[in-house]
Amino acid sequence: MAINFLKYRKIYFIFSGILITGSLVSLCVFGLNPGIDFTGGSILEIEYKTERPSNQEIKDALSELDLGEIYLQPTEEKGVILRMKDISEENHQEIINKLAEEKEVEELRFESIGPVIGKELKEKTGIVVVLSLLAIVLYIAFAFRRLTFPAKSWQYGVASLFALFHDVLIPLGIFSLLGKFYGLQIAIPVVVALLTVLGYSINNTVVIFDRIRENLLKGVGKDYIDTVNQALNQSLTRSINTSLTTLFVLIAIFFLGGETLKYFALALIMGIVAGTYSSLFLVSPILVSWLKWRKRI
Amino acid sequence: MSKKKVYITLALIFILAFFAGNFAYPQFLNLPNFPEIPFKLGLDLQGGTHLVYEADLSNIEKENYGSSMQGLRDVIERRVNLFGVQEPIVQTQETHGQYRLIVELAGVKDPAVAIEQIGLTPYLEFKEQKENYQEIVQKNKEIIESGEEGQLEELEEPFQSTPLTGKYLEKSEINFDQTTMKPMVLLQFNEEGAQLFGVLTEKNIGKFLPIYIDGILISAPTVQEKISGGKAQITGSFTVEEAQVLSRNLNAGALPVPINLISQQSVGPTLGAISLEESLKAGMVGFLAIILFIIVFYRLPGVLASLALIIYIGLILSLFKLVPVTLTLAGIGGFILSIGMAIDANILIFSRLREELRAGKDFYQAVEEGFERAWSSIRDGNLTTLIVAAILFSFGTSFIKGFALTLSLGILISMFSAIFITKNFLRCFINTKLEKIKWLWR
Repeated sequence: MAINFLKYRKIYFIFSGILITGSLVSLCVFGLNPGIDFTGGSILEIEYKTERPSNQEIKDALSELDLGEIYLQPTEEKGVILRMKDISEENHQEIINKLAEEKEVEELRFESIGPVIGKELKEKTGIVVVLSLLAIVLYIAFAFRRLTFPAKSWQYGVASLFALFHDVLIPLGIFSLLGKFYGLQIAIPVVVALLTVLGYSINNTVVIFDRIRENLLKGVGKDYIDTVNQALNQSLTRSINTSLTTLFVLIAIFFLGGETLKYFALALIMGIVAGTYSSLFLVSPILVSWLKWRKRI
Repeated sequence: MSKKKVYITLALIFILAFFAGNFAYPQFLNLPNFPEIPFKLGLDLQGGTHLVYEADLSNIEKENYGSSMQGLRDVIERRVNLFGVQEPIVQTQETHGQYRLIVELAGVKDPAVAIEQIGLTPYLEFKEQKENYQEIVQKNKEIIESGEEGQLEELEEPFQSTPLTGKYLEKSEINFDQTTMKPMVLLQFNEEGAQLFGVLTEKNIGKFLPIYIDGILISAPTVQEKISGGKAQITGSFTVEEAQVLSRNLNAGALPVPINLISQQSVGPTLGAISLEESLKAGMVGFLAIILFIIVFYRLPGVLASLALIIYIGLILSLFKLVPVTLTLAGIGGFILSIGMAIDANILIFSRLREELRAGKDFYQAVEEGFERAWSSIRDGNLTTLIVAAILFSFGTSFIKGFALTLSLGILISMFSAIFITKNFLRCFINTKLEKIKWLWR
C-alpha cells in the first residue's frame, strides 16, 4: 500500500498557508510577550510557610515601595511569583522583609536582569537564528551536491528553508496567542527550544532527501514524482516513529519536568509536530511544484 | 566478520557498559574501591547565585583597563573564597567596550550577604603591633602548643589597625632589588599618606608593619628606619608573578573601580532540589515510554535497541562525570531530548532491516546492508542538529551552553551506540535459530 503524497499538494499548501497566515496575523496583532531575559526586569518566586495571602494583600504590603507595576502569579499551593521592573538588591531585600512581616516566607528564586543585558541577548538571538538557518541551508546544498537533475541541490536547501519557517512560525504564533491570553512569556528556554526545532525538523527532511537521493541514483520510480513519492512512503514509518519517541520524552518533561522546562518542552512539542508534518507534506511537494512551474519535470 | 570476533566485541561492550554503569551510578552495586565522582550540578539545581557586575572604568586610563579588571577580579575572588562555597567562579568579560565581572556562587546560603561583601571596594590597610605584642604572641604560642581544641578561639590578634589605608595610596608598582635581583613591590603614598606613614614608621622601628588586604595578611615587613616622602617597598620571598599580583591588588585597592550589579539570578536550594527531582522523574518516565513503544513495535530488535539505550545512558552519564559537564536544568533537558534522538538511529536501522528482509534478503545481508543504507541518513540528520548545537554553544549564555553541550555529547554517543553497539547485537544473531523466526524481526 502506497500513499500518494504528492497528489493532494494543494490541500497541504492551503492547510499550512492558513496556519502560517494565522500565526503571522497573531504575531502582528498581539506580538510576542518577551520575558525578562530580553527586556530586563525582575522575577521573585517565594513560598509561604503556612498559607498564601491574597494577591491584593501582597500588593498592599508592597505598596510603600516604589516598584511600579507588579504582576502576581500564584504557583502550586503556597507559592507566588512576582514580576516587576528591574530592581536593585536593596529593593529586593526590602520586599522580602515587607512580605516576611505579614507571614513567614521562603525565597525560592530571584532574578533581576538589567535592560542592557536583555538588549544584548535580543541581538545575539537574532544572530544565532540567522546563522543557524544559513548553516542548515548550506549544509543541505553541500550534502546533496551530487544531485543536479531534475532538482538542483540548492533547491533542496531552499525548499527545506520554507519548511523551517513553517515549523518555527506556527509555534511562535501559538506562543503569541498564549502570551496574549494567558500572559505566557517567551524566555530563553523557549528560544532555545525553537532553535533546536530548526535542527530537529531538518533531520526529518534530510532523511527523506537521503531516500530521494538513493532512489534517484538507483533509478527507482517511473519519473521524478514517483521517485519522490516512493521515498516519502519508505520514510513514513520511520518519521512517525522517531517523532513519537521524541514526543514521549517531551510530554513527560511537559507534565513532570517542572516550571522552567515546561514551556521549553511545549515549544519543542509544537515544533516537532509541525516539523514532522512539513517534512512529509510540505518540503517535497514544494520541490515538485517548483520544478513543475519551472517546467523541469 | 567472524562469529568469534562478534562475541569478543560483545564481551567488550558489556565490560564497558558494566564500568560505565557503575561509574554513573555507584550506589547501586556499591563495589569496593570503585572511583566515585559526583555529578557537577549547576546553580539552578543545587541552588546558588549568578551575578553580573558592570565595572565603571571612567576614571581609569584606557591602557590600564586590563590590569584594573584583573586586580578587581583577584580581590573579589579572595572575598568570594571567604564564603566557603565550592569552586566559585569569578570571570571578567568584555562586551561592546563594557567591562563586566561575572560571579557564580554555587550553594551559597545567603546571596544577600554575598552581594554586600562583594560590593565593597578592595580594602588595603597597614597594621602595627599592639603595645603588649610580645605578651600576646607568647600567650598564643602557649595555646597552640597546648593543642587543645576549642581554645583556638581565645587566640588574640597581636596587631591593631592604623589610620593608614589604601585611601592614601597613590600607586604601586613592581621593581627589582639592584643587588639580589629579587622582585619587590613599591608603594607611593599621597601627601597625607606620606605623613601618616612617616609617623608610623618612626614609631615602629624594628617592628613588624604588616599589610592587610580585605582583612587578610599579605606581607609583614619589618621597619628598618623612619620613612618620609611616602615611598615604601615590600620585599619578601615572592616570585615575580606573586609580586605582580600583589602590586595589581594594591593598585586595585588604591584605585577603587566602582562596580554596579546589573543582573542577578538566585535559586534557593529547595527549588534546586525540586527541579532536579522533577526533571529526573520526567526523564525516567519518558525513557520507559520509549522502551515500551520500541519493543512493542520492533519486537526483538526493539529489545536490543533498549539494551543499547541503557548502555548509552550509562556511557553518557559517565562522560558527564568525567569531562566534567556542569549539569543545569537545561543540560538535563538536552540530555532527555537526546534519549529521544538516540533511539532515532536505531529506528532508521530497523526500518531498513525490515525492508531488506521483506525484499527477500537473508538475515546476514539484511543486517549489513540495513546499516550501510541507514548510515548516510544518520550522519546527515545528526550533523544538522550538531551544527545548530554548535552555533547555540557559541552563544554564550550559560543556560544555552548547558543545553547545547549535553545535546551534542548525546548525539555523538548515540551515533556510536547505534552503529557499534546495536550492530554487534544484531550480528550475534546471524546463523542462529532465532534468525529464522520471522515474526521476531519483521
